[in-house]
Amino acid sequence: MSAPVPTMIAAMPNGTTRPQVRIVIVGHVDHGKSTLVGRLLFETGSLPEGKLEMLKEVSARRGMPFEWSFLLDALQTERDQGITIDTTQIRFRTRSRDVVLIDAPGHAEFLRNMITGASQADGAVLIIDALEGVRDQTRRHGYLLHLLGVKQVVVVVNKMDRVSFAAARFKEISDEISAHLTGLGVTPKAIIPISARDGDGVAAHTTNIQWYDGPTVVEALDALEPARPLEQMALRLPVQAIYKFDDRRIVAGRIESGHLAAGDEIVIMPAGKIARIRTVESWPVTPLTGKQTAGRSVGITLDRELFIERGDVIAHAGSGPRDTRRIRARIFWLHDKPLSKGDQILIRLGTRETRATVVAIEKAVDPGKLANEETASIARNHVGEIDLSLAQPVAADPHRDNPRTGRLVIEVNGRIAGGGLVLSVDAGQRAIPVDIVPVESALRADERSARYHHHGAVVWLTGLPASGKSTLARALERRLFGIGGSPILLDGDTLRAGLNNDLGFAPKDRSENIRRLAEVATHLARNGHIAIVAAVSPAAEDRAAARRIADSAFREIYVATPAEVCESRDPKGHYAKARAGVLPAFTGIGNDYQPPRASELSIDTSTRSVTGAIEEIERMLIRSGILFDEPADLAANI
Amino acid sequence: MDHLDELEAQSIYILREAFARLKKLALLWSLGKDSNVMIWLARKAFFGRVPFPALHVDTGKKFPEMYAFRDRYGKEWELDLRIEPCPPIDAVDPTLPPAARSAARKTEGLKLALTKYGFDGLIAGIRRDEEATRAKERVFSPRGTEGEWDVRDQPPEFWDQFNASPPPGAHLRIHPILHWTEADIWAYTKRENIPIIPLYLARDGKRYRSLGDADITSPIASSASSVDEILTELALTKVPERAGRALDHETEDAFERLRVAGYL
Repeated sequence: MSAPVPTMIAAMPNGTTRPQVRIVIVGHVDHGKSTLVGRLLFETGSLPEGKLEMLKEVSARRGMPFEWSFLLDALQTERDQGITIDTTQIRFRTRSRDVVLIDAPGHAEFLRNMITGASQADGAVLIIDALEGVRDQTRRHGYLLHLLGVKQVVVVVNKMDRVSFAAARFKEISDEISAHLTGLGVTPKAIIPISARDGDGVAAHTTNIQWYDGPTVVEALDALEPARPLEQMALRLPVQAIYKFDDRRIVAGRIESGHLAAGDEIVIMPAGKIARIRTVESWPVTPLTGKQTAGRSVGITLDRELFIERGDVIAHAGSGPRDTRRIRARIFWLHDKPLSKGDQILIRLGTRETRATVVAIEKAVDPGKLANEETASIARNHVGEIDLSLAQPVAADPHRDNPRTGRLVIEVNGRIAGGGLVLSVDAGQRAIPVDIVPVESALRADERSARYHHHGAVVWLTGLPASGKSTLARALERRLFGIGGSPILLDGDTLRAGLNNDLGFAPKDRSENIRRLAEVATHLARNGHIAIVAAVSPAAEDRAAARRIADSAFREIYVATPAEVCESRDPKGHYAKARAGVLPAFTGIGNDYQPPRASELSIDTSTRSVTGAIEEIERMLIRSGILFDEPADLAANI
Repeated sequence: MDHLDELEAQSIYILREAFARLKKLALLWSLGKDSNVMIWLARKAFFGRVPFPALHVDTGKKFPEMYAFRDRYGKEWELDLRIEPCPPIDAVDPTLPPAARSAARKTEGLKLALTKYGFDGLIAGIRRDEEATRAKERVFSPRGTEGEWDVRDQPPEFWDQFNASPPPGAHLRIHPILHWTEADIWAYTKRENIPIIPLYLARDGKRYRSLGDADITSPIASSASSVDEILTELALTKVPERAGRALDHETEDAFERLRVAGYL
């Protein structure tokens, strides 16, 4: 067992010979984060001279018992309320590491501060009160560590003295937190029983916990590794600025991954322009020769004059990031107002800033709760997956390909309101190969909408077979045409007879069927028509893909006629065949239809007339800005 | 990359972000070791020149060696130097303890300079390891219209994405060397051969570890007469850096009060 070492170590104080590792302490409020940090500083002999005496004296003067947390709670309000409000950082040394300890608040109200602290860490200590066990904020912090990319986690079960150092209680908590973290893809490096207040298990084992034979906290911290720059990955240099202080035109930025050198052939994304690095500029010595690696802030000049701007990403030709206007991300949300579908936000991805629309929200949950109840919007301190439509193309990588360029933050009113990982780009599969040049229409959108009195849209009717989709679609088509509009019916079965006759009913084929429907419908919508799609489209994931493709033009109507009513109608005789077992892969009698949770409209045709339903659809289209809210006086236009 | 390379790259990144995202920046030059490193980093970030003014908010009570340093290197480094005097002590909150009140003149001088030039970003050389409330700072730290710091409501800041949109009339403090330690500053000063004020080196068994107004700053006992010896001393000491700065120690919350009101 290694004993704690004093700060006096014969090494350069700047740590050039010792690795520096940044560790955040997280966990539920009052489980003892600040106490553990205070204790660690004391045990490793890292307290400044007179600090402990001063705090003891201050506590006595205030008539409060001394608390280790006073060492860290620097703000008057923190000491007064006995609660850590904002993150702090403090340094100490273990046998082989210079440690920067980041103490994060545990109160849910200050989650933004916990995230601020944890985002800077190479590793984390998740602390759990032995008496209280795993709580909301324990789970939430665990989840956020995973989202923030902190992979090295040490769990400490604190206040073991309050449970008489019972091994059984320790095991119970170990099992629960292991299961939670493993579910997030995080394997705890160690789970350690301690009493931070009294020092058991912090820097030394005491007789109280003889049944435990793992590392102490100090030993576990000593084994954490600093995060390494991503030198082995493909080059990514997000452009911070172009400087023209003299006759040089210097492109400045920090290498997020990979390396570069003068002479390299590069591609500037998202535009895809090719150039060669002429020089690597620096000061006071310039130019630099040799390889510049990840982590460096550099300046380069190029061999040709190209338009290049802040937010572009420089990569090596042939291994660049993708350009996209569609991103799917898993995010955490910190703003008071929940993030909802349709919200206009600002996103920052590397040095790129762009406006974006939230096209869809899925899997929104409170990561602190045991049962994950999904919601339609992402509330404060909750997480979820979102699809974003960006106002301008960006260069992005999925997070699994590049953790540095595969993450983004969301800003609302000039303040960071959330952030997360890029799960995929080009979710709508509309990455256009370079040699395909789409031809734009000769007509502008406003020319068409002036004639039709509506904007383009994709009205997507989903529901069980025989729920009434085709009936509603045909009635809607007639109605819209009657008021001067340009509706076009795209029936799932009709398209299967032609465009999609190569597809069967396997899940993969069903997805492709939906994708083609969505692509055709979106093309019509872009050209000002209202595409009315009637398709069972049973898979929520496929409909989500359709929504991504059609983006803000998408209007989903759930034809929610009860299953027994549908089966009793059975105009095509499909239910009868399926019951007889001669129509495999039929949606309706199994449980394979996944009803929409957040459709724009839901209509049960067993309880309302076709006319009533069409009026309701019309109102929805007016409300959501597709149909113009004006009397369609056709005579006036003649 | 070694430790100092990493620190340098991060600071350069921050300085470039500030320059890209704010309209009217200034760098606060206190003439001390930290702000000299900061100027050096700015010259690296912008390839030899500092593309914004260096602001010296002058209490008029600095050591003569500090003024000599300012006059020499302001020219040699081709700085756009702006010297702003501080108002007299009568203009400062009388409920503050004496040394803090004296130091608070700087806060008032800063406010006058902000009004005069309309800066929306001030680059300041504070570090987390100096003092407990500074340890809680953001890299981009919003200030109110009176320069005040709302410690209860700091915005989230992560992944080197910074909140850089101060509301009209307010400004941001930008802290490019927040993550450095005192020892880092000296190790870098040595590596880059950055000039320093000789008061930092021991003479007759004493040296200044931190420089402020002459009347409220005391030297420490030390025999470190070179940067190397300072580094050795720092590896062994358990005395805090600002022990010689009277304003920090008058009352439990004197420094916090100063900072909340807009002090650095």
